[in-house]
Amino acid sequence: MNQRKILIVDDELSVRKSLEEWFREDGFQVETAEDGEAALKKLAAGPFDIMVIDLKMPGMDGITLQKRVREIDRDATIVILTAYASVETAVEALKQGAFDYLTKPVDPDDLSHVVRNALRQKELAEENLRLKEKVSELSLPTPIIAESPKMHHVLDLLRTVAETDSTVVIRGESGTGKELIARAIHAQSRRRYFPIVAVNCGSIPETLLESELFGHEKGAFTGAQYRRKGKIELAHGGTLFLDEIGDISPKMQIDLLRVLETKRFTRLGGDQEVTSDFRLVCATNKDLEKLVEEKAFREDLYYRINVFTIQLPPLRERAGDILPLARHFVQKYARAMAKPAMEFSPEAEALMLAYRWPGNVRELENAVERAMVIGKGPAIRPADLPLAVDGPASNPKDLSLEALEKQHIERVLAQHGGNVTRSAQVLGIDRATLYHKIKRYGIRR
Amino acid sequence: MGPPVFVAFLNGYTPLWADQAIGRLGAILPYPIRRMDLCFDLRPYYAPERRQHHATLLLAALLRHLPEPRGKIVGVTSEDLFIPVLTFVFGQSQLDGPAAIVSTYRLHNEFYGLPADEGLLRTRTVKEVLHELGHAFGLVHCRDQLCVMRPSTYVEEVDLKDAAFCAACHAVIAARSS
Repeated sequence: MNQRKILIVDDELSVRKSLEEWFREDGFQVETAEDGEAALKKLAAGPFDIMVIDLKMPGMDGITLQKRVREIDRDATIVILTAYASVETAVEALKQGAFDYLTKPVDPDDLSHVVRNALRQKELAEENLRLKEKVSELSLPTPIIAESPKMHHVLDLLRTVAETDSTVVIRGESGTGKELIARAIHAQSRRRYFPIVAVNCGSIPETLLESELFGHEKGAFTGAQYRRKGKIELAHGGTLFLDEIGDISPKMQIDLLRVLETKRFTRLGGDQEVTSDFRLVCATNKDLEKLVEEKAFREDLYYRINVFTIQLPPLRERAGDILPLARHFVQKYARAMAKPAMEFSPEAEALMLAYRWPGNVRELENAVERAMVIGKGPAIRPADLPLAVDGPASNPKDLSLEALEKQHIERVLAQHGGNVTRSAQVLGIDRATLYHKIKRYGIRR
Repeated sequence: MGPPVFVAFLNGYTPLWADQAIGRLGAILPYPIRRMDLCFDLRPYYAPERRQHHATLLLAALLRHLPEPRGKIVGVTSEDLFIPVLTFVFGQSQLDGPAAIVSTYRLHNEFYGLPADEGLLRTRTVKEVLHELGHAFGLVHCRDQLCVMRPSTYVEEVDLKDAAFCAACHAVIAARSS
């Protein structure tokens, strides 16, 4: 165990000396200072576990020193010593965050207790911090594989918005990882020590969704045998993630708008208002603007939730992530299936890069899982992947050779982050030819 | 055996059990224990407003009476001791230094309104002398419930611990004697 450090600040030499001796015998590493300025200099060199500060000192008094110390080390544990016992000074010192207050001369037992309790509190605070960090580590969401420029942009947006408390709408095709991004926002927010509660609004019938979100009182409806907290209430302190927000009914839109405006609601069958402090993150693959135009989505709710938007690109537009994602899923399922991690054959890699992935990352994950189940050899081959050769990639509207060449060049460039030299090597042509083709087809890198 | 430890009974304080205490200390410490009866003027160290003696100043005075430079001296007094910031101390020592002092003033049962018990007083005194000498041999407070180096801020705590060092503390004392 590390030696605990204590700083004694008192203008009386005899007090400094006797406390120094007392604490050294107790195994402390002791430093002393004769006034506030000297104490602040010592503090600048490093923190102390406990500071014992005399209240009445020439120059800077103990209360002022305590304030200055807090500016440097807001977690400092301070015990105030004084020869002048008064309720006012004691209250003032405690209001400023002193751990305790002792009157000179101090009963040895009181001093011993105060120091022991202060240390115990400090240890508990430190342990609490360590455990929070541990919980934070354990609750980290699935890593986001992002090597493509588009996903780097998404991550930049995520980091920007996570620290705020703004409502976020995550938009993107089905399977692009909207919930993953929502969980990452929560994990990087100040609400991360509270729960993230996810509700898929599209998969629950309207009548059930109401009870699911708002909870219900006993007897609210047939089968409501107990009071049940809703997801909004459970998200108190944390994040409420409403997936498929574009699918909720008009009535639910009104109820939700009211909750977002007041953060108050009543459980079904109840009349007592419940307050919930949550941050809303929602996701949709619907065109909300079109829904508003068609009066299928309330305009006021749209403006209430549409504070910050993160648009997730489909997998076909982040080709550079296809192989890293595939390798990540191989590792994931190798662990789950207790199998050695398999490689992809060059042909399988080429097939994955050429495929359009209409089901996005979810489809890729399923494809890799299936390949891990049925694959026999050390490498995953095209035959192991459930990607139909007559699927979307090989069934483009424009079947001309030029159109296919353009599409292939675009994929290879995206896969290599727009690097022409590396792309030219992969394509088996020289750089000048590739530049020529990029210009000819109007390809944007 | 290391250099001698002088146990100095101060200013005529000669309890009947003094030699028994010396014998007990000799059985525990791997050092020759010598008894001294020492008289010097304690008045300069007396604080009339507190009606106590200043332990730190008394310790410095005691040091001047150390008979052998390599040895250690522990004074035993019936006077009440204090250090400026505390209401009282059972004793004090120089950490890893040559001198220590112990007061029996608050080790007496009579101080707490209880019947006199000389046997208990002797045991308490032996414990406090061992504790302060432990500091003089460089030991700091010990977490072992029974070790004599466990800190005691009231007399019941003195009674709870043994008149002996735990294995770890004893090893330090023994190493210093060789």
